[in-house]
Amino acid sequence: MRDQRKYFFTVLIVLVGSIFLIKLFAIQVWDDRYGELADSNSVLRITEYPYRGLIYDRNGNLLVYNEPEFDLMVQVNEMQEFDSLTFCSLASLDLPKLRSLFLEMKARKEFLPYKPILFMPKLSAKDVASIEDRLDEFPGFYLQARTTRAYTWPSAANALGYVSEISSEQLASDSARIYKQGDYIGQSGIEAYYESVLRGKRGVRNMWRNAKGVEKGSFKEGKYDTMAVPGINLITSLDIDLQRYGEKLLEGKAGSIVAVEPSTGEILSFISGPSYDPGRLSGKNYSANYKIISSDTNKPLFNRPLMAQYRPGSIFKVAQAMIALEEGVISTDTRFPCDRSIINCHGGHNNVDLRGAITNSCNPYFHAVFRRLLSQGKTGDPFRDSREGLAEWHKLVVTFGFGSPLGIDLPNEKGGLMPSVPYYDRAYRNRPWKFSNIYSIAIGEGENLVVPIQMANFASTVANRGFYYTPHLVKSIGNTGNPLEQFQVKHMVPIDSMNFEVAVDAMESVVTSGTALRANLKDIVVCGKTGSVQNDPNPEHSVFIAFAPKVNPKIAISVYVEYSGMGGRAAATIAGLMIEKYLKGKVSRNYLEDYVLKGDFLD
Amino acid sequence: MRKEDSIVNNIDWISVSIYGALVLLGWFNIFASVYDESVSQSILDIKLNSGRQLLFMGISIVLIVGILVVDMRFFEAVSFLVYGFILFLVLLVPFIGKEVGGNKAWIGIGSFGVQPSEFAKFATALVVARVISTPTFRFDNIRNQAVVFAIILAPLALILLQKDWGTAMVFTVFILVFYREGMSPVLLITGASGVVIFLLTLLVPQQWWLHGAVLSVLALLIIFGKKKFRRIFTLTASALAIMALIESADYVLTKVLKPHHQNRIKALINPDADPLGYGWNVTQSKIAIGSGGFFGKGFLKGTQTKFDFIPEQDTDFIFCTIGEEHGWVGSIMVIGLFCGLFLRLLYLAERQKSKFSRAYLYAVVCILFFHFSVNIGMTIGLFPVIGIPLPFFSYGGSALIGFTILLFIGLKLDSHRGQVLQRI
Repeated sequence: MRDQRKYFFTVLIVLVGSIFLIKLFAIQVWDDRYGELADSNSVLRITEYPYRGLIYDRNGNLLVYNEPEFDLMVQVNEMQEFDSLTFCSLASLDLPKLRSLFLEMKARKEFLPYKPILFMPKLSAKDVASIEDRLDEFPGFYLQARTTRAYTWPSAANALGYVSEISSEQLASDSARIYKQGDYIGQSGIEAYYESVLRGKRGVRNMWRNAKGVEKGSFKEGKYDTMAVPGINLITSLDIDLQRYGEKLLEGKAGSIVAVEPSTGEILSFISGPSYDPGRLSGKNYSANYKIISSDTNKPLFNRPLMAQYRPGSIFKVAQAMIALEEGVISTDTRFPCDRSIINCHGGHNNVDLRGAITNSCNPYFHAVFRRLLSQGKTGDPFRDSREGLAEWHKLVVTFGFGSPLGIDLPNEKGGLMPSVPYYDRAYRNRPWKFSNIYSIAIGEGENLVVPIQMANFASTVANRGFYYTPHLVKSIGNTGNPLEQFQVKHMVPIDSMNFEVAVDAMESVVTSGTALRANLKDIVVCGKTGSVQNDPNPEHSVFIAFAPKVNPKIAISVYVEYSGMGGRAAATIAGLMIEKYLKGKVSRNYLEDYVLKGDFLD
Repeated sequence: MRKEDSIVNNIDWISVSIYGALVLLGWFNIFASVYDESVSQSILDIKLNSGRQLLFMGISIVLIVGILVVDMRFFEAVSFLVYGFILFLVLLVPFIGKEVGGNKAWIGIGSFGVQPSEFAKFATALVVARVISTPTFRFDNIRNQAVVFAIILAPLALILLQKDWGTAMVFTVFILVFYREGMSPVLLITGASGVVIFLLTLLVPQQWWLHGAVLSVLALLIIFGKKKFRRIFTLTASALAIMALIESADYVLTKVLKPHHQNRIKALINPDADPLGYGWNVTQSKIAIGSGGFFGKGFLKGTQTKFDFIPEQDTDFIFCTIGEEHGWVGSIMVIGLFCGLFLRLLYLAERQKSKFSRAYLYAVVCILFFHFSVNIGMTIGLFPVIGIPLPFFSYGGSALIGFTILLFIGLKLDSHRGQVLQRI
């Protein structure tokens, strides 16, 4: 009986042996997940960050480039006990900060202990130097190099934009899954608009590594490696000299200067004041500086040329004149008395013709012009006449690019407002309205709103005598020599070029004998129009649009200086200086420059 | 002329061959697990564990020769002496030992350390065989039974003092030897049921399920069985005992066991719950073995066992290297060799005429089988991680030499089975 017990042992041995073989078959042969798991275990995927595209100005000056920057990464399963005090002193941390970094890291959604994760972004050069040598004392930690944006000049911040770590909202909306947590993305300006061109393509290097993360050579001879594709360089249309000069002129003032090359729509300068040094929103101090800059009450991040919607003021009279001529309600010889009972005026003039009205910026004249536009007597009913007249007017005025965003190559462009029939129906809640209710728009002071870039484009359109190319900042993507397709389309304004010539002549008189004498240049014919946008009880916004030379214009410009009084002072002077600087390369009238820099434009 | 038959003719060459094959395979795998492609290394390099293992293999051969040339009665005679001496060393370890990998199980001799607990196994086997083979020994005698249990509990308790749970547990396997030598199976069955119920408690989160199951079985047995008072009483008592065990299992798991032991048991049930915490060893070990596929990645071509993903990859987790580099085919071979050795040793044990030799050989089989089952079981996730070596394979001088002595005393005894017959 007892000898039978030996079979118990035989059975036990065979049973255990068989269980082992079956279980081994299951995990080795049947289940093929383990092979992949093993690869991901022992193959370190090293991201090769692409070089972000560089940004040049129109003359080949480098504006934005890349500088190396180091992130401290960690893979938790590779960590071993380490001397946290030494670590803190190397990384300029203290213990509570170190602890909070760990807690914050573990709380992140993408945290996986066996994957590298960002631990400390953007180490300072000093920290990199001290920690790099002793990294082997801290298994699991390693440095990852990447590049950060650097700027040759502290200029053009609102045109160039800035780059920062992708936000969780952006990451969530990245359906193509291009980005990863910790990636940098253009957040504003050219950096944001041309993000897909600039960013390039990430590469991957697969390296064998052991459990401590030490690299042990290339995985399968680099068969699965991909090269990082550098981003494409951009050549902007900016003239950095002009840009910097404009920034200097606008220093200490709020407003904008936008200069455009009329024949192409290329933006020569794009100045928003006040502004900031773009280098402050790059690299290690991004977060701290962003907090300071974004909470600055002067709003340096507010991109005035695109986003500041002003009433156009008197510069709008040029548009009104051409529309009226085109509609045939006036001719160049039409005269109106300067009847100041309804709208006030300034200067000594009376019963002038169209050119004289523009030269002297006669408000009653354009009140009368707009009355004719809206009261053409086609229906016999003043209310219906006003509706039809306004509809006709609206149809023409938007062809200048007013009333909706132009579509320039920057994000967040505002469209302004050109009131239409439905607009007034809404405003008056379907109660009847007619010319006498809405005449303020005759002189650009009513409900209508424009942004500075639209006014620069308008100056450009007049300079071109009837067409424009949508203003844009990038004239060449890479070496193609061409901007984006939409910037190669010629937009025609359905107004006879003869009528444009009338406007051009009148704008010439404005500078030579009218309200903008400070913009007059000795041997270049400048055509311009002043505007003083009412802000009662505050001083007016000083506004000026201009182009030069009169024949074959090279530059069109709009200048807004907030709360600085008459357009003929601050804005016209700045425009004159900018035109001189661009066309002649230097400024001869230093007394005007001093006048602008002093910034004392009010009486 | 049997007396003049040399040991060479009488020794069981099948067992010796399997032993040799296992040691050699182990040696190659130790090299594979420490091999670093970037540094050209030799398997003989004494700075590597493979080189040191070769040294231990040399020492083993010397000892084998020694075992085979001494008189077989020597082992029976010195068994108590050896047992006492080694237990003394084990007792000394907590005081003079050095700590390696969280366990204080070593006595340093120069740059090498000796782990006395590895030698306690063959010493205990000798004493157990000696006591059981005493002509007056009977398992139904309570005092005799107490003596043999004391013999295995002494080293177990002393090794527990070193907190080396794995090695201590090895000594429980002698119960199987007792069973073969006539102990009532009740103890065996009770013990096995206890373990099963303990594991079930862990697997089933709601304990009332288990209680319900026990009560249902009890009800069925009472309804459909003979309605005798004694039977119903026994059944009810057993059911209550099982339910008490279920309750105590939870208590033991959460209150008695240390956190790292709890974790190892939890890892067995659900390694994915925390693959990098307590499940790390098992997860990594399964990845290594699983990635081997059918034929393996080839000698020295493993990535998991080479790049330190597996802790103790040349000692307790040596089987991972086989699984990864030699695949299922290699695993079959190694498991086949082990099972072949066990079955052969069983055969040898059963052909002994001397009770001492048979009991000893059973002890050899049981100890080796326990290591084999627990070690491979843990690497493939069938058993909690308990750090005991794979016999003949794992790196380690004390383990290799201890197992060699254990096996070859058995083979020596077997080679003299004819003489035993003559003596009687």
